[in-house]
Amino acid sequence: MYARATTWWTILRICVEERLVYRGDFALGTLMRFLPFITQIFLWRAVFASRDEPDINGYTYNEMISYLLLTNISRAFSSMPGLSTSIAQLIRTGELKKYLAQPIDMIGFYLLMRVAHKLVYYIIAAAPFALVFYLCRGFFSGWPDPLTMAAFLTSLVLAFLLGYFLEATIGMVGFWFLEVSSLLFVYQLFSFFMSGQMFPLDILPEGMQKLVFALPLPYLAYFPVAVFLGKIQGAELVRGLLIEAGWVLFFIAASRFAFYHGLKRYSAFGG
Amino acid sequence: MISYLRVFLTFARNSLVRDMTFRANFIVDCVASLTWVLMQLALYVLIFQFARSIGPDGEWQKFEFYIFLATTWLVNGLVGAFFMPNLSEFSELIRTGNLDFALLKPIDTQFLISLTKIEWSSLSNVLLAAGLLTYSLINLGHMPSPVQWLLYPLYVLCGTAIFYSLMIALASVSVWLGRNQNMYDFWFYITNFSRYPMEIYEGPIGTPLQWTFTFLIPILVVVNVPARILAQPLDDQRWPLAGFAILATAACLAASRWMFTTALTSYRSASS
Repeated sequence: MYARATTWWTILRICVEERLVYRGDFALGTLMRFLPFITQIFLWRAVFASRDEPDINGYTYNEMISYLLLTNISRAFSSMPGLSTSIAQLIRTGELKKYLAQPIDMIGFYLLMRVAHKLVYYIIAAAPFALVFYLCRGFFSGWPDPLTMAAFLTSLVLAFLLGYFLEATIGMVGFWFLEVSSLLFVYQLFSFFMSGQMFPLDILPEGMQKLVFALPLPYLAYFPVAVFLGKIQGAELVRGLLIEAGWVLFFIAASRFAFYHGLKRYSAFGG
Repeated sequence: MISYLRVFLTFARNSLVRDMTFRANFIVDCVASLTWVLMQLALYVLIFQFARSIGPDGEWQKFEFYIFLATTWLVNGLVGAFFMPNLSEFSELIRTGNLDFALLKPIDTQFLISLTKIEWSSLSNVLLAAGLLTYSLINLGHMPSPVQWLLYPLYVLCGTAIFYSLMIALASVSVWLGRNQNMYDFWFYITNFSRYPMEIYEGPIGTPLQWTFTFLIPILVVVNVPARILAQPLDDQRWPLAGFAILATAACLAASRWMFTTALTSYRSASS
C-alpha cells in the first residue's frame, strides 16, 4: 500500500514539474481567454437595454454576467483538452502497450496527470483569474454562505471527475473506431451549447430544458455556477449533487467497461 | 497578373482534387462547420426571444441582426477558405526552415504562402450565409436598392482584406519570434470584437474600445459596414464610416505588405 502511494506521489510530482515548464505561456493564455468575455458583457448589456423587464427568467444583468464569468471556473475544472485524442492515439499507434507492460493502471495514471495539470493551472491561473474577478467585482452581490460554498466546491470536484471519466470513455471508443476526432467534435459542439457555457440553461424553453437536464452535460458548467449564485437550493441542491455523483459513477464504470472489453480487441500495432 | 490567376486556379483545382479524394472527410468537415454556425444562430434565436434589438437605438432588430450574422459568416467563410489554412501553417514554415522552398520559387512569396491551399469545406458557411441573408431580406420589410446591392460585395471583400492583412501582420511576427502559437489565439480573440454591432461598445470602456477597433486596428468596420449597407435603408447609412472603410482597407493591405517584406529580411533559414 505504502509502495503504491509512493509511486502515485512520484508520478504526480513529475507531472507537476513537467507542467510548470510552460508557466509563462499558461498565464498569458489564461488572461487572453477572458478577451471574448468583454464582448459578452457588451452583448448582454445591449440585450438587457432593449427590454422593459429588468430580468430574463430570474437573471438580472449583473447575475447574467456573474454567471458567464463563473462558467470560466467550472470549465477550468471540467474541461479536459486533448484527453480523448491522446487516449485514442495511444490505441491507434500501439503505444498503449507501454501501460500494459508496466504495473501501472492507465486510467489512474492519466487521472493523476490531469490532477497535476489542473493543480499547476490553478496556481498559475490564480493571478489572471483574481485580476479579472477583481475588475468585475461590481457584478457580484457578495459571497455565498459557507454551506453553499461547500456545495459549490463539491460540485466543482465532481465536475472535474465527470469531465475526466466522460472524455476518457470517448477516447476509449478508439478501441473500436481507431479515430475518434469526429465523435469528439460532435461531443464538444453539444457540450458547448448544452453545458451552459454560452448562457444559463434555465432560460431555455421548458421542453428543451427537460431534454438538456436529462444529460450529464449541464453538470460540467451550469450546475456549479447555479449553485454558487443560489439558483439551486435545499432539496433540489442535494438531488443535483447526487445526480452529478451518479453520472461520475456511471462514467467510471463506462470507462472501465470500455477499457476491459477494448483490450480484448486491441492488437498493439506499431513499434 | 494573368499568370498569377492561372497559378491561383491551379491551387484551387489541386485543393479540390485533394478534398474529393477524401470525400467522406470533406462532408464531415462541411457538416461540422455548418453545425458550428447553426449553434451560433441558435444562441441568437434564443436571445431574440427576450430582446427586441441588439444595440441602443433599435437599429439591429431580429432580421437586421441576422443580416449582420450572415455577413460575419460570409467574411469568416472567405477568410477560412482562402487564407486561414495557409497562414496558420506559416509559423511552421519558419520554424522548420521550409520557407526556403517558397522563397526560391519565381513568384511573389506573399501570394504563394497566402493561397497555396484552399479549404473548400469553409465555403459551405458562405452558402449558409447566403441562405440566411435571403431569409432575412424577405422578412425585413424593405428591399435594398441597386446601389446597396453593388456596395455590399465590395465591402465584404474590403472586410476580408482587412482580416487578411491582420493575419499577414501576425504571421510576419512569427518570423521574428520563431514560433507564435499564442498570436493565432490572439487573432481569434481580437476578431471576436467584430462579431457584434459597433454601437454596443459604449460607455467609459466601450467607447475607447470602439475607437481603438475602428481607427487603430479597424476590425469593427469588417462586418459592421457591409451589414449596415444591406440591413439599413439608404438614408440611415453612415457614409463617412463607409468611406473610411475603403481607406482602412488600402492602409491595412499596404501596412501588412510592408511588415511582411520587412520580416522576410530577418528570416534566417532553419534547415541544414
